[in-house]
Amino acid sequence: MIKIQKKNFNFSEENKKLLKNNSGAIVTFIGVVRGKTKTKKIQSINIECYLKMAEKKLEEVEMIANKKWKLNNCIIIHRYGKIKPGEKIVYIATSAEHRKNAFKSCEFIIDYLKTKAPFWKLEKINSKEMYVRLKKKDEKNLKKWENII
Amino acid sequence: MKILYFAWIRRSLEISGETINPPKNIKNVKSLVNWLGLKSKKHKEVFLKIKSIRIAVNHEVVSLNNKIKQNDEIAFFPPFTGG
Repeated sequence: MIKIQKKNFNFSEENKKLLKNNSGAIVTFIGVVRGKTKTKKIQSINIECYLKMAEKKLEEVEMIANKKWKLNNCIIIHRYGKIKPGEKIVYIATSAEHRKNAFKSCEFIIDYLKTKAPFWKLEKINSKEMYVRLKKKDEKNLKKWENII
Repeated sequence: MKILYFAWIRRSLEISGETINPPKNIKNVKSLVNWLGLKSKKHKEVFLKIKSIRIAVNHEVVSLNNKIKQNDEIAFFPPFTGG
C-alpha cells in the first residue's frame, strides 16, 4: 500500500495493519526532519512532489520489493508540503516470514526513494530557503541494488 | 504538449508548467530543450544549465536523445531528494 499525502500519519496505527498477517518479522523505517544541519538550525522544510510520477514510482518500488523478498505486507507513506523539525516525512514498513527479507526490503525501499522518487526538499534556515542537493552517498547506496532495478 | 517544471526550475521560470505546440521538426528532448530556450530570457538562463536538469517523458526519466510526441507530458527537474 502506498500513500502520498500532506497530513501527518500515526505510525502506531500503520504498524497494526502489519500484525494482521502471519509474519515472523516486521521492520519499520521512519524518516524525520532534523532540527539542524552541521552548523545551522533548520526552521522547516517544504517538500515538493510530482504527484503522478511519485505514485507510479512508489508503486514500482513496492512491486519490486514484494517480488524480490516475498513480503507479506508493505506500506510506504511519503509526505509533501511544509514539515517542521521533529515531524515525520516518510514511513516504510515491511513484513516477511523471516527477518532478513524484512530488513533488506526496507533498506532497499528507502535507498530507492532517496534518488528515484520525484520529491525535492527546500530547507528554510535563518529565514533563507535553499534546495537540498542530491548526496553522493545516496547515489552510492542505490548502486548496490542495481541487479534488481 | 504539456510541459511541467519543478523545484528551482519552476521558481526561476515563475511558472509550474505550460502547454506548447512546437514545430514539427522538434522530435526529441534535445531539440525541444533548444526550442524552449528561445522562448524567453528566463527560459534561456534555465536551459543553459541543462547538465544539472533531469527530464521525464510520461513519468519516466529519459536522456536528451529520447523521442517525443505531441501528446507527451514532459517534466524538467533537478535530481530527486526524496525519503
